[in-house]
Amino acid sequence: MRFALSAEQAQFRDLVRDLLAAECPAQVVRAGWAGEPAAVGRVWTMLAELGVTGLLVAAQDGGLALDEVYLVPVLTEVGYAGLPGPLVETVTGAALGAALPAGALDAVLAGTGRIAVDEDDDGLVAHGVGATVLLRGGWAGGTPVRVVSTVDLEPVAAVDRTRALARYRSDGTPVDLPVAVFWQRGVLGTSAALTGLARRLLDLTVDYVTQREQFGVPIGSFQAVKHQLAELALAIELASPAVLRAAHSLATGDPAAATHVSMAKVLAGQAAARAATTSIQCHGAMGYTEESDVHLFAKRALALAGAWGPTGWHRRAVAADLTPGKES
Amino acid sequence: MSYSPEERRFRDQARSWLADNVPARPLPSGDTREGFAAHVEWERRLFDAGWSVVSWPRAYGGREASLWEWLIFEEEYHRAGAPARVTQNGIFLLAPTLFEFGTPDQQDRYLPAMAAAEQLWCQGWSEPGAGSDLAAITSRAVRDEAAGGWRLSGQKTWTTRGAFCTHLFGLFRTDQEQSRHRGLTYFLVPLDAQGVTVNGFTRLDGDEGFADVFLDEVFVPDEDVLGGVGNGWRVAMATTGSERGLSLRSPGRFLATAERLVALSVERTGAVTEDVAQAWMDAQAYQLMTLSQVTGLADGGELGAASSLSKLCWSELDVRLHESAAGLLGAEAEVAGPWSKGLLFALGGRIYAGTNEIQRNIVAERLLGLPRR
Ligand SMILES: Cc1cc2nc3c(=O)[nH]c(=O)nc-3n(C[C@H](O)[C@H](O)[C@H](O)COP(=O)(O)OP(=O)(O)OC[C@H]3O[C@@H](n4cnc5c(N)ncnc54)[C@H](O)[C@@H]3O)c2cc1C
Repeated sequence: MRFALSAEQAQFRDLVRDLLAAECPAQVVRAGWAGEPAAVGRVWTMLAELGVTGLLVAAQDGGLALDEVYLVPVLTEVGYAGLPGPLVETVTGAALGAALPAGALDAVLAGTGRIAVDEDDDGLVAHGVGATVLLRGGWAGGTPVRVVSTVDLEPVAAVDRTRALARYRSDGTPVDLPVAVFWQRGVLGTSAALTGLARRLLDLTVDYVTQREQFGVPIGSFQAVKHQLAELALAIELASPAVLRAAHSLATGDPAAATHVSMAKVLAGQAAARAATTSIQCHGAMGYTEESDVHLFAKRALALAGAWGPTGWHRRAVAADLTPGKES
Repeated sequence: MSYSPEERRFRDQARSWLADNVPARPLPSGDTREGFAAHVEWERRLFDAGWSVVSWPRAYGGREASLWEWLIFEEEYHRAGAPARVTQNGIFLLAPTLFEFGTPDQQDRYLPAMAAAEQLWCQGWSEPGAGSDLAAITSRAVRDEAAGGWRLSGQKTWTTRGAFCTHLFGLFRTDQEQSRHRGLTYFLVPLDAQGVTVNGFTRLDGDEGFADVFLDEVFVPDEDVLGGVGNGWRVAMATTGSERGLSLRSPGRFLATAERLVALSVERTGAVTEDVAQAWMDAQAYQLMTLSQVTGLADGGELGAASSLSKLCWSELDVRLHESAAGLLGAEAEVAGPWSKGLLFALGGRIYAGTNEIQRNIVAERLLGLPRR
């Protein structure tokens, strides 16, 4: 038994981590807020050069043909950096390969293409503004995924402005795509991003409470602060292995993969939601400003906790899977 | 992430032995006098079959099992509903210390007898004035040069199964000039020695599982000092990790409780409720965190303060599992039985092995690097 990344998996993650540390500081996330796609696009292009956007794409289609166990640590780093844009959806959608509209895959592999997904098919889609391809459906792996060919987009204000929310009306004829593991990959990728966001919020908060003084001492020396952060650290330490296990289950075709993926989303969503509220509380009024970086990551965490099925939905899915005779 | 053929064979072996040998009806509680005797009998059966200390060297009755096999054994043990280990304070808490600090003579005198449940050990750390603040220990050991040893006096309390055990390991102050963590020494004390008085008393769960141990100039020879005079704190702390994490409360125990909870939910409601699903996931998560920690250990790393994360995790998890069961049982939750008793016991889990408040301090200071006060 061994439960850890292989040397190659860790190496690939480290490449992505180093790139993001150098090229995607919080200013780039802020640039995403200010609607400066060029600053963000540069990072996307560099990630694409490493092969990230084509990580799941077959070799003959120009991808790396790697699996979810490679994907999860990479998307965790992307979550940590807070990189704006639909990277989870783009990597997931790119795996549909030649089934995508002509030219879309090439654009994705070059880092210029963006795939947006309306997974619950409700006409509201994150990253709809600026999307190269818009996919709809796939919810719970039970509905077909469709390419929406012509759309009429109307931007919608979102709490996290990098989410580029939009409502759309589709006029074109939807083209059905093979679903397979599309849904589970979207859920898994979002879970990975959530654990990264949670860790970023923890790190930001540890830094802040170590520097900020009240009553003549760092506020991080107060137990009320320490204990909140210890609980958050535990939630992250518990969620991360659960996300990695789900990746392994998907990659190996484990019959319990669906349960493991839902479990990953529950634990990652809970850790990230806790991270968002705890970090704001421990920053005091500074946490209630847009001046502090906390809000960039906290708002993303809350948005992603609700995307690809919120905590309650996935918890009910696990409950149903555990009920004898009700296995899917 | 999969078990090797040898590991799977080990699991099969453990499973089939347990299936043939675990008593069909649960034994009376090991925290009562009659129940304790029945448990000791069970421990001897385990030992005779080579299952009492699987990870130990063969010379002391073990199987030299790897950490993975140890976790597998624990999973199977709890899955089979086998009796609670009344030898745990010896084999899980003292033995790691003996392996690390004991002289060859101490290892020979104590390890085999402990494995065979002939010597039954209790932990004598806490005192009425020294709980979380263990360094406030006032029980003392005074040098008896002529006799070649020490005279121990003082009171230990909340000593688990102290009234039924044969031996106590504990911390005593050998240097009265020194305070706090300095001047403490780790002693191995037979409870039938002259000057020892043990009074059992009742715990929250209704059993006589606690004891006060009074010592009045109890003689302990030099050869029963563990790890050197004045080194008590370091020796004791070196193995607190065992108590907080892996060895005392490995995931198998909680996975088994989670499976029972799932069955209870189906029996009571016809389905698995959301609350039960959450508790089940939390138990799985503890196992996965442990698997990743054990991989780190197997790769030569150290657990360090991460054992405090484990302690927080399993103790809170145990409460959640039992609260969830109480929710399903409704008005029946007050009936004395395994679930209600388990809930009371789970509340103790937040207190022993270092309270959870202390563990959160440790996580914050040592893992996150927050400033001490
Ligand atoms: C089931 C059970 C079995 C036990 N078995 C044994 C045994 O076999 N041998 C043995 O030696 N001992 C045993 N103990 C005792 C145990 O080690 C102590 O209870 C524990 O160390 C806490 O000490 P205390 O009870 O004095 O609580 P206190 O230290 O008085 O703490 C009371 C409360 O104050 C909080 N508190 C104290 N200090 C701090 C701090 N610095 N920061 C924040 N909060 C703080 C605690 O977290 C707790 O909530 C057992 C206890 C239980 C419940």
